[in-house]
Amino acid sequence: MRLMQKLGAWLDQRLQLGAPIRETMAHPIPRDTASWFYVFGSAAMTVFGLQVVTGILLALIYVPSAGEAWSSLQILNHQVTFGWFIRALHGWGSNFMLAIVLIHMVQVFLFGAHKYPRELTWTVGIFLLLMTLGMAFTGQVLRFDQDAYWGLGIGASIVSRVPVLGPALVTLVLGGPIIAGSTLSRFFALHVFVVPGLLMLFVVVHVLLVLKLGINEWPMPGRLVRRSDYVEKYHALTRTDGVPFMPYGVWKDVVFSGLILLCVAACALYFGPFGPTGQPDPRVIQTAPRPDFFFLWLYALLSLLPPELETPVLLIGPVIGLIVLLALPFFSGEGEKSWKRRPIAVLTILLAAVALGTFTNLASHAPWSPVMDAGTGTPVPPHLLRGRTPLEIQGALVFQSKQCHNCHALGEGGGKRGPALDAVAVRLTGDQLVRQVLQGGGNMPAYGKNLNPAETTALVAFLETLHPAGQAPAQDASRTAGAQQ
Amino acid sequence: MSVPGDLSRRQMFLKIAILFNGVVGIVLGIPIIGYLLGPVIGGRKPGYQRWISLGPVDQFPSGQTRLATYHNPSTRAWDGETADIPCWVRHTEDDHFQVFAINCAHLGCPVRWFPQSGLFMCPCHGGAYYADGARASGPPERGLFEYPFKILDGALHIEAGQMPTPGLSASNCTKRPPCA
Repeated sequence: MRLMQKLGAWLDQRLQLGAPIRETMAHPIPRDTASWFYVFGSAAMTVFGLQVVTGILLALIYVPSAGEAWSSLQILNHQVTFGWFIRALHGWGSNFMLAIVLIHMVQVFLFGAHKYPRELTWTVGIFLLLMTLGMAFTGQVLRFDQDAYWGLGIGASIVSRVPVLGPALVTLVLGGPIIAGSTLSRFFALHVFVVPGLLMLFVVVHVLLVLKLGINEWPMPGRLVRRSDYVEKYHALTRTDGVPFMPYGVWKDVVFSGLILLCVAACALYFGPFGPTGQPDPRVIQTAPRPDFFFLWLYALLSLLPPELETPVLLIGPVIGLIVLLALPFFSGEGEKSWKRRPIAVLTILLAAVALGTFTNLASHAPWSPVMDAGTGTPVPPHLLRGRTPLEIQGALVFQSKQCHNCHALGEGGGKRGPALDAVAVRLTGDQLVRQVLQGGGNMPAYGKNLNPAETTALVAFLETLHPAGQAPAQDASRTAGAQQ
Repeated sequence: MSVPGDLSRRQMFLKIAILFNGVVGIVLGIPIIGYLLGPVIGGRKPGYQRWISLGPVDQFPSGQTRLATYHNPSTRAWDGETADIPCWVRHTEDDHFQVFAINCAHLGCPVRWFPQSGLFMCPCHGGAYYADGARASGPPERGLFEYPFKILDGALHIEAGQMPTPGLSASNCTKRPPCA
């Protein structure tokens, strides 16, 4: 024991870190901040630590070469002892890290912790969010499978829309003219050196700011932030109702961090690693690329935006979003901190959550994508064929063989790109159906060149039978009137 | 020697030292930036596009649209399967072909050809194109990207090498007549 003390004293004489560390540990924090609401920042940092450790472990096996990355992941999954588990930890750690960072951000915003004098802490936090997203995207690329390959294609197509510089930027991002070995190497360098290096640097600054400026006190409705007297009042609070940072401010962080690590491990154990999906072979085109969970909302947005709005939204939207987030503490740096007196802040969070949730949910169904195999794999429901004339049954055959089913649902099966046709005869008369099929319109391709008159007649005869039992099909009023006269 | 004078002299030395390091920085910076921009600068001369054979013309029967594959002209040894790029070849009549890039003109996903309905469909965001590559529906703002083609010694050649993206549209020849 005496030897340890001597060694400690020897080190401290040289490093001189003991005093500042002791001072940091003992510094008073407002008693209210030792709360379970204040544990997310430290948990994000802990999961980042897990990512660094598991990342290094994966790098022992992973080969960042376009020709071999995919097989090295297979070897990790199936041959290396616990390789699957380390991959699963890294994959689930990534999801947890992003989720916790987002929760942390929402908590900070609702508790007004971004206000004076903690503006810079928020700004650095925004950069940390961007880097965490960057890690998630580049990590998805390193899982070099079909989704990664075509995901890069989507990224390149977005980048190419930058005016003037677009094509050069694409070549720069891909490291060459196509998605290939150089592309993977670039993303490897970003994922393993550049972004984590910056992330560590910014985490240090972020934590330093938290320690220097003090942990945000529990927001009380009516206790306003003013630049003139905030710091003074804060110090008065820590003097009168303060507790030492260690252990009051720390023990809940430690418990929560441990719990989160356990959750990551449980998910890794139960659900296993993510992919890889099929080989990154561009010749295999029977694929429906999907991004990882946290980018699904973007996938939905790209499908649902009107075409002419897409490029402006893609290029200008993120810039505006970023400016708003960065500028937030500078135009709302004073006033109420409590979310109870900040209805617009609460509504903003709710709106963002509902929007992101809706888009993510939509993306998991992807109603805008044709069901590529419905023409062969999803039959017309039998009850729609009972008691039909040969011509109508022939029409159902045309419906299948011309892949109408890929975009239009009948019963449960089929695509949702176009409207379901279970009751189409109620909406459109025979003539209108012919026009719609031959000329298309309203986002439907024209089939005039691909259907001969006999096929069109049969198809429309079948479509005219599609109406609910008690509901009469639509009729051309002028013809009905003519028939009655 | 007076102290202030000594200080300003040292300050001047410091400024010269910083300037010196700035010059060294430029000397090191030029090759570093050149290295990073290599794919863009190096690509300009002579460019990534080359004429590549897709095989004998009789592989592509008239009136049909078939998938073909070519090995990208500029590759690295470790590119693996990513160097083999597919494309759709449509033989319209006699010596006229249309060779479409596999990438959807929306965001680059692989389009699939459905001969029965005569449409190319994209699995990602639901873009659809007619047999001649023209936009049919969905989010794409234009038709499929088309490679210039020519027939040389009975083989179909296309000019390719760079992944087509919406921003590159000026450099491919959708609008031009057959670029043989």
